[in-house]
Amino acid sequence: MSLTVDTPLVATRLARRHPLAKLGVAAVVAAGLLVSVDLVTASVVLAIELACLPLAGVGWRFLVRRAWPLPLAAGGVAVANLVASNAHGVAVGAISLRLVAIALPGLVAFASTDPVDLADALHQQLRVPARFAYGSLAALRLLPLLSVEWQVIRRARRSRGIDAGRSPLGAARLWSSTVFGLLVAAIRRATRLASAMESRGFDAGGPRTVARRQVLGAADWALLGGSVVAVGGANALAVVLGTWHPLLW
Amino acid sequence: MTTVVSARGWGWRHAGRRGWALRGLDLRIEEGERVLLLGPSGAGKSTLLQALAGLLRPPEAGDVEGELSVHGRPVTGPDARSGIVFQDPSTSLVMSRVGDEIAFGLENRAVPTGLIWPRVRESLDAVGLAYPLSWSVEHLSGGEQQRLAVADVLAVAPRLWLLDEPTSNLDPPGAALVRSTLAHLLGDRSITAVVVEHRVDELVGLVDRVVVLEAGGGVRHDGPPDEVFSRHGATLRASGVWVPGVRGPGPGAHRREPTRSTGPPVLEAEAVTVRYPAATTEAVSAVDLQVTASQATAVVGPNGSGKSTLALCLASLLVPTSGEVRFCAGGPRVPYARWPPRELVRHVGFVFQNPEHQFVAASVEAELTIGATRAGVGTGPGRRRVGELMERLALSHLAAANPFTLSGGEKRRLSVATALVARPELLVADEPTFGQDARTWDELVELLAEARDDGRAVLFVTHDEELVGVLADRVVRLEHGRVVSPVPGAVGQVLSAGDRR
Repeated sequence: MSLTVDTPLVATRLARRHPLAKLGVAAVVAAGLLVSVDLVTASVVLAIELACLPLAGVGWRFLVRRAWPLPLAAGGVAVANLVASNAHGVAVGAISLRLVAIALPGLVAFASTDPVDLADALHQQLRVPARFAYGSLAALRLLPLLSVEWQVIRRARRSRGIDAGRSPLGAARLWSSTVFGLLVAAIRRATRLASAMESRGFDAGGPRTVARRQVLGAADWALLGGSVVAVGGANALAVVLGTWHPLLW
Repeated sequence: MTTVVSARGWGWRHAGRRGWALRGLDLRIEEGERVLLLGPSGAGKSTLLQALAGLLRPPEAGDVEGELSVHGRPVTGPDARSGIVFQDPSTSLVMSRVGDEIAFGLENRAVPTGLIWPRVRESLDAVGLAYPLSWSVEHLSGGEQQRLAVADVLAVAPRLWLLDEPTSNLDPPGAALVRSTLAHLLGDRSITAVVVEHRVDELVGLVDRVVVLEAGGGVRHDGPPDEVFSRHGATLRASGVWVPGVRGPGPGAHRREPTRSTGPPVLEAEAVTVRYPAATTEAVSAVDLQVTASQATAVVGPNGSGKSTLALCLASLLVPTSGEVRFCAGGPRVPYARWPPRELVRHVGFVFQNPEHQFVAASVEAELTIGATRAGVGTGPGRRRVGELMERLALSHLAAANPFTLSGGEKRRLSVATALVARPELLVADEPTFGQDARTWDELVELLAEARDDGRAVLFVTHDEELVGVLADRVVRLEHGRVVSPVPGAVGQVLSAGDRR
């Protein structure tokens, strides 16, 4: 079991964009593609995404390493649709492509966003309370520690002579007792961390300043605007070509 | 002179507890005083520090009586004029980057944005951390993380510093760095400080007053360090306080001449090598080692030298990347690394650094009974053995208590008992004396010496020079995963200056 917060793209050009701009792009793409199920809209948007990734500093290596489950999932959806329904081959292709096109911007947005920047953005732009934004951030920092703890607890069970035996029931029991041990450890750590945060004036109810100001700049607005234009354009092209197929009517 | 801390008849009882952690406390601390709080385990030292930091809030956290004022006002919550440094930096640091971490406290105190970063840099410089602001907290050593926690407090410039065992979770070089940083900061005589620490000898130069607390009561002794230690040194040591220059009763009794030829071999390690995934170097590198019965082996070396990793391999809790560990004193015929847990527990006991990790039952008695049952001891003899062991470790009155509710020293004793109840041929302990008070230390030495004298092979990983001095028949020193001097005797010379605590 490995629990780590992984942001492999924090060194890219995209990492400098405002977290909300990146999440906004993902939302625009999702909304724009949910309107219609057709091959043209989905493939045009996907093509634009793939063309833009190198410009944003995201290399093919990242795609191979991180995004490989996407085509796999898309293929699975396609097979399931072909087998289980009498859907047209073109529609099935559209559904699969759409899945990849919607998921990709979200994947890239999270991989290129430092959790601290995201918490700052949530707090400063979306007015999420500091208690929630930075509290979650602190909890995130404990995850790798828990992963180490899990290993230690498992070893301790072994040294105490506790094993699952051959029955799946025994395995389930061992797993749940290990999870319980981990939970106790997690609560202890979390309590201590909460005290430490409180001692430093966190969540005291008074005014709070920000050390890192997050500003939605021109480049962020351009990124958002660009995504609206791209998604709108793809839909328009589909209308012109007559393949546009709205989902709801 | 201004009074910084004033307690009158103050007491605190944690929610859900029957006894009072502290009661009837009368104490005044004036501006500029450096107070060392002492007392046996469970005397409420940390409780008092938390109360002074404004972290204890009645009625949810517990019941309060009497009065407690800090900076001339009754304590109602955390105050920017007080700052606290906790024992374990891994659970007190909040942010992932060094600069953000220090800035966090300043943001909470509503320091204007423009003033934050200069203040962050000043604090970082003052504790001697020469890293960029974007440096990851995870990449700091334990000692550096604790210095960062000191910088967190420093940035807010409190008048009252509260230090809750600031060095007890660190290895000796890390602890030394934190101490020198604190000594430097406390040079400012307008700052008041209250310190809790087990290992007194190293801090005694920093303080000018010692206050000894009584378990469940108030102040037992109060005065300058020399006076308190010369008058009450022996009683303090007996109650678990480490006192400079005073030795406990236990250790001397167990000192014996190290022996070269002892019992038959219990374990043999051949070219044991461990490389963790994603690591660039080997944690343990081609280690050959033989462990024999009736012998106590100490494994020493700086942090990160592979001591704990080696101990895990020797106890069959970690499979080496290459090389082999063979158990020679019985056991199943499959390779040692793949022994089923039920077989392992009969032959090998392991004492983890954090006792809580090895607890699996809801009561002390059940905890020990599980060990006996797993090792295949029948119900009758098993119950007898558990009874004897609880008696021997002074745990009988706690038979029905939940292991997690025991005091630190009791938990440590129970964890050793869980490893011993199956009467294994090999007992491995990872930093058994880490952070323990003097009384628990004495008991541990006695337990480990007894196990060895009963014919068991005992192997322990430690930074504790005193423990090596009284217990080790043999010292194995690791550096960068390699054995550098398996000296069978010469104990004193094997620990370098950096390892002393």
